[in-house]
Amino acid sequence: MEPPIHTVRVATCASILSGLFAVGAVLAQPLGLPPVPVPADNPQTPEKIALGDKLFNDARFSSTGDVSCATCHDPAKAFTDSPLVTSEGINKLTGTRNAPTVINSAYFKLFFWDGRSVDLEDQAQHPIVNPVEMGLVNHDPVLQIVRTDPDYVARFKKVFDKQGEQVTMKEVQQALASFERTIVAGDSPFDRWYYGGDRNAVNDQVKRGFDLFLTKGRCVSCHTMEQDYALFTDNRFHNIGVGVNRIQNEIPEFAPAFLTAKSAGTDVDKAVLTNPKVSELGRFAVTESLDEIGAFKTSTLRNVAVTAPFMHDGSLATLRDVVEHYNNGGVTRKDDPVNDFLSGGIRPLNLTDDEISDLVAFMESLTSPQFAAQKAASANPISCNVKTTVADASPVTPTSQAVGGGEEM
Amino acid sequence: MDIKYDRRSFIKTSTVSLGAAALPLTMVELAFAKPSDNFTFAYISDSHIQQIKGTQFVRNWDRGLIRAVAETNLLRPKPDFIMYGGDLAQMGNKAELDHGAELLSKLNGKVYHVMGEHDYYLDLGEYWSKLFGKQYYSFNHKGVHFVVLNSILTYDDWTFNRWPSAEQRMAEMAGLDNPNGSPFMVGDKQREWLKKDLAKVKKDTPIVVFSHSPLQKIYKGWNFWTEDAEQVQALLAPFDKVTVFYGHVHQIQYNQVGNIAFTSAMATAWPWPYPQSYAQAQQLLPKLTVQMNRADPFFERDATGWQFIDVNSGRASATFNLYNNSTRTVAFDPEAGHPRDLTYQDEDKRIAPQVHY
Repeated sequence: MEPPIHTVRVATCASILSGLFAVGAVLAQPLGLPPVPVPADNPQTPEKIALGDKLFNDARFSSTGDVSCATCHDPAKAFTDSPLVTSEGINKLTGTRNAPTVINSAYFKLFFWDGRSVDLEDQAQHPIVNPVEMGLVNHDPVLQIVRTDPDYVARFKKVFDKQGEQVTMKEVQQALASFERTIVAGDSPFDRWYYGGDRNAVNDQVKRGFDLFLTKGRCVSCHTMEQDYALFTDNRFHNIGVGVNRIQNEIPEFAPAFLTAKSAGTDVDKAVLTNPKVSELGRFAVTESLDEIGAFKTSTLRNVAVTAPFMHDGSLATLRDVVEHYNNGGVTRKDDPVNDFLSGGIRPLNLTDDEISDLVAFMESLTSPQFAAQKAASANPISCNVKTTVADASPVTPTSQAVGGGEEM
Repeated sequence: MDIKYDRRSFIKTSTVSLGAAALPLTMVELAFAKPSDNFTFAYISDSHIQQIKGTQFVRNWDRGLIRAVAETNLLRPKPDFIMYGGDLAQMGNKAELDHGAELLSKLNGKVYHVMGEHDYYLDLGEYWSKLFGKQYYSFNHKGVHFVVLNSILTYDDWTFNRWPSAEQRMAEMAGLDNPNGSPFMVGDKQREWLKKDLAKVKKDTPIVVFSHSPLQKIYKGWNFWTEDAEQVQALLAPFDKVTVFYGHVHQIQYNQVGNIAFTSAMATAWPWPYPQSYAQAQQLLPKLTVQMNRADPFFERDATGWQFIDVNSGRASATFNLYNNSTRTVAFDPEAGHPRDLTYQDEDKRIAPQVHY
């Protein structure tokens, strides 16, 4: 399977252009990714991005003073807290969910595993006041700091032309979102092969895995691709039999009881991270739609090899475990009962061991060069994929496209 | 940008929600009804449970019914009863009917059954009747007179004299566009019974009729059709409020014929295309019907589902749970005098077909 010729040309141009953009530090467009969507009311500026970077790393925005955004979205761990199963907030309190990477979140349409937030700006405010994340009672301490710390005062003045009480959470969130929009990464070996036309960028096993990805594996239906880029997510929510399987016998009583509590004022953001059962209700807890019981957002597959463990609850340790879960038709152990609310499309795949290895090899080819070093050290070493030959250690040139604008990353 | 979690905003999202959030919408609309006369029931249909061999059944059809049952059990307030609209089995054998009955046994509540042609034409409904009882009957519930008909009968000559085996008879009736098929009908005997049954009912009593095939003529080649539909409609004509629910068509249809409002049910198994897609023969899909969007073939449950019915003052509102899609509600509009889709009836409010190659 070789990539079509015309894609080669387009992609090559795109990669050259993205290099140029990266120098401008605003809108890098790596190979395999579309332009980053930027909301009209929050344009990217180098100063705003730098401000967002500083906010992202500021641990003072937590009740104990030692948790920042970067604690769970650590640049050194591909913007996750791998290998933690679920994230640790203040006082080592653990929530119910695995920290998703910030990489390429700029392209998502809804945020958090259950999509309860509509954009990066909105998302940024919630962990700060979640009791098991940054633990503040409200946002006042954040505002206190950004309105008085001289460096912040100067920066907010420069970026937003605002000071004192004019600086609100809106500006804080906008700066954070602007920074996060620069954390994009493509240019993986797969991209260099499929979109870049370099036949030697990946080995035959990866190419076989990609073929399975499109066909027998049924992966591409949710981890979608386009002709000239691939986000590997449909931005939708599916019950794939993770988490919900654990509580399925309790759902008939528990789901209605949760809704009663919710209509009486239960805070969904806090409930999903502190109550394991509520967490497993997935998007249903947000929308109350029967179609979304136990449904979670389709993750991107980019850099998936460096963000173990997997799934919203971090319950699957290796990529091989993930493929086997799908191969079993939505159960982790083959003989476990399938949950009643399983999404259509999830069904046994009859993949052989070799085919599973090929799919894992394909996913391992989606690591961007700037995270390749982490791949080597990650909790999902290639050795977990018993049947996989070592993927070619392609020459990787860290370029300025990597994490454009995030100099400290 | 702020997401609101209050109940009101969820009502607006028009998803099939648990009753607590969804039902008050229609209950408050009807100022004339006694609240005690309002009720809901769930309506599941066309699961086509299909045996492969032994205890092995087609997984896809199993999952559809399992999901509908599990979701129905979550409704609050609990529906007063559950109607099963027919075609529980695919080839009508005991294994399929038993397996289907076992899956349905998880429903919390009284279940009424309608006969489908896939349940019938192997043994002419014998085993089905053993499991589920009478093939046509009526009952009263909170001031509404419910009638269940077996509308998938056909000419005796076709049924009794034409086929060398029961299996072949079943297979011939299961086919679409089959020149060997035969149109469905209620038949003289049942119409006679219906006449007597309705004679006891006051004309202002709301009537709700269940049949498997539509009691109207839509498309003969697929038996979206009942041969004696007009005669059945004539028996229903004297009543003020009549609603007919039917399965078989695996798609949303609704119509108004005189005093009779028609609403179809989704299948839990698979969606059929609308008959217009088969352009070689005349079809009479009601103009009123806003068609469903084409299903995404990857998502096996897309364009399948089930519905809950909200009965207010003897008029029905059907909420269709469309997996992977926006929920739709088709409710009788007293001003217009016919059922309307609450969201998509006006042409400019419909979802345009996607542009994607």
